[in-house]
Amino acid sequence: MTTTPTTEPSPTAPETVTHSARTGALRVLLRNRLAAVALGVLVLMAVAALLAPWLAPYDPAAQNLLVRLKPPAWQDGGSASHLLGTDQLGRDLLSRVIHGARISLLVGICAALLAGVVGAACGLFAGFRGGRFDRLLMRAADIQLAFPSLLLALAIVGFLGSGLWNVVLVLGFTGWVSYARVVRAEVLSLRSRDYITQARATGVKDGTILRRHLLPNVTAPLATIGTLHIAAAIVAEASLSYLGLGVPKEIVTWGAMLADGQLYLGTAWWVAVFPGLALMLTSLAINITGDALRDVADPKAYRR
Amino acid sequence: MTRSTAAPLLRQVAARLGTAIGVLFAVATLAFLLVRLSGDPVKQLLPPDATAAQEHTLRAQLGLDQPLIAQYGDYLWGLVRFDLGDSLVYGRPVADVIGERLPATLELAFGAMVITLLIAIPAGIYAAMRRGRAGDTSVMTAVLLGQSTPPFWIGILLILVFSVQLGALPASGYGTFAHLVLPAITLAVYSVAVIARLLRSSLIDVLGSDHIRTARAKGLAPGAVVLAHGLRNAALPTITVIGLEFGGLLGGAILTEQVFSWPGIGRLTVQAISDRDFPMVQAAVLFFAAAFVLVNLLVDLSYSLLDPRVRAQR
Repeated sequence: MTTTPTTEPSPTAPETVTHSARTGALRVLLRNRLAAVALGVLVLMAVAALLAPWLAPYDPAAQNLLVRLKPPAWQDGGSASHLLGTDQLGRDLLSRVIHGARISLLVGICAALLAGVVGAACGLFAGFRGGRFDRLLMRAADIQLAFPSLLLALAIVGFLGSGLWNVVLVLGFTGWVSYARVVRAEVLSLRSRDYITQARATGVKDGTILRRHLLPNVTAPLATIGTLHIAAAIVAEASLSYLGLGVPKEIVTWGAMLADGQLYLGTAWWVAVFPGLALMLTSLAINITGDALRDVADPKAYRR
Repeated sequence: MTRSTAAPLLRQVAARLGTAIGVLFAVATLAFLLVRLSGDPVKQLLPPDATAAQEHTLRAQLGLDQPLIAQYGDYLWGLVRFDLGDSLVYGRPVADVIGERLPATLELAFGAMVITLLIAIPAGIYAAMRRGRAGDTSVMTAVLLGQSTPPFWIGILLILVFSVQLGALPASGYGTFAHLVLPAITLAVYSVAVIARLLRSSLIDVLGSDHIRTARAKGLAPGAVVLAHGLRNAALPTITVIGLEFGGLLGGAILTEQVFSWPGIGRLTVQAISDRDFPMVQAAVLFFAAAFVLVNLLVDLSYSLLDPRVRAQR
């Protein structure tokens, strides 16, 4: 199966990532106004997620049937005590959206980290060693790509049973392919460079070459893929929870809130709209940041 | 086609087919193992107060009392004969149930593909020709939005606007053209974004090459240059992605069918997973994998027809 060249960062990464290049990257990122706004949104989301128990005005699970399906504060019948209104059980939507950010970010970041570690290790080793392991790994990648990823996640979660960490595990282990492919391609192009040959000739051990000379050169593409993968994992978790097969119902998630809200679309639009907006905004902000990172990591884009 | 070009092409088809069958075999094995790892369907099917004897009878009926390797053999032998077993819920061959649901899913996928091509190709060409200007920026912003928005959220928004507020289109159900509109748009949004973006970037690459400069120097109109010389060369990477995106489209179909209660295979699959109807889950997984492998096989083979350079290499 063929890879998609433009959706992956260019294989021409700088030879070494120096400290000044890294701070330069941040400066370029911030000069891109859209990316700066996106980063701001992400920081806000992260703060909301971290401080959820203190920021949220109510317990997200506290039901109060006396105030069920109250509209947001600015609509007729709304009140300042429930800024974004309440759901069908009278639970405060603002508190639920804030608490939902925790699960989304937790699952997204953990899944991306897990996939990154597994994928980068496989890609480094396969690219460096080549041979049978490389062929086996690439065949496994092809097979995995032959599976619509949502279906794979659905099937595994459906069978393992729903659960927060099951979802993280599934999204982590199904996401390794893109990391492995990019790292492998990068290592293949670096492997025959003079400085690697020299390191080998002077008797540097393989492990040291991998760690000191190859790994630093693949961190830029890894960071880009990782960022974009966080968004993908957040959307995937929301999809699973929307289908009722992800995180258990007792935990507040945007996906499950959307599924609940869809039942009340005719009478109470806000139950579905606020978690949906939060989900879209988060995914959009992460994707903008990831795209900006890719532009920074790509030296061709750098010069433009 | 002369004999000299036909022989390598045939060999290539054979090699691709071999890989495709290998992939499907691996998927079938994985589906078999996953289902067995996931707990006991007998306990799921019987009421909690069922006796051990009842459990034993059902286990024997389903063939679950056999050793694993014998079950696997039966399963593979069944696959070869296109016998995927009986659904535990419907009590009928799963192939029949899937066959009944197939037209709805195909209709949805086809509708989405038509919308995708109608919007993505003009949008991609337009953005490439206006590179860096306002038109390009607005197309790329729309692309980013489309790529970041999960399909079920798009579906819910469309229902909110077109069904609840305007009352113009049905929010669920199946049968008429009006029922198809919202689900097809929902499913198309992501692929429109991906394909427009890719067509734009491959066109921009192609438009910088020598033969385009020659065509321009000859005095060809800009539109003609793009259509006659640019699009042909930008088609290859775009078609690759259409093939790869097909998997995403299938995943999107699962969600879209759920949002609009569309009676297709996606919804059948989600229901089967909840019900632990394992023959149905195995069959659905295989079905989706086979569809994906088939589309990508066609994509790979289409290169040779589209690009003489690929043909020469092989």
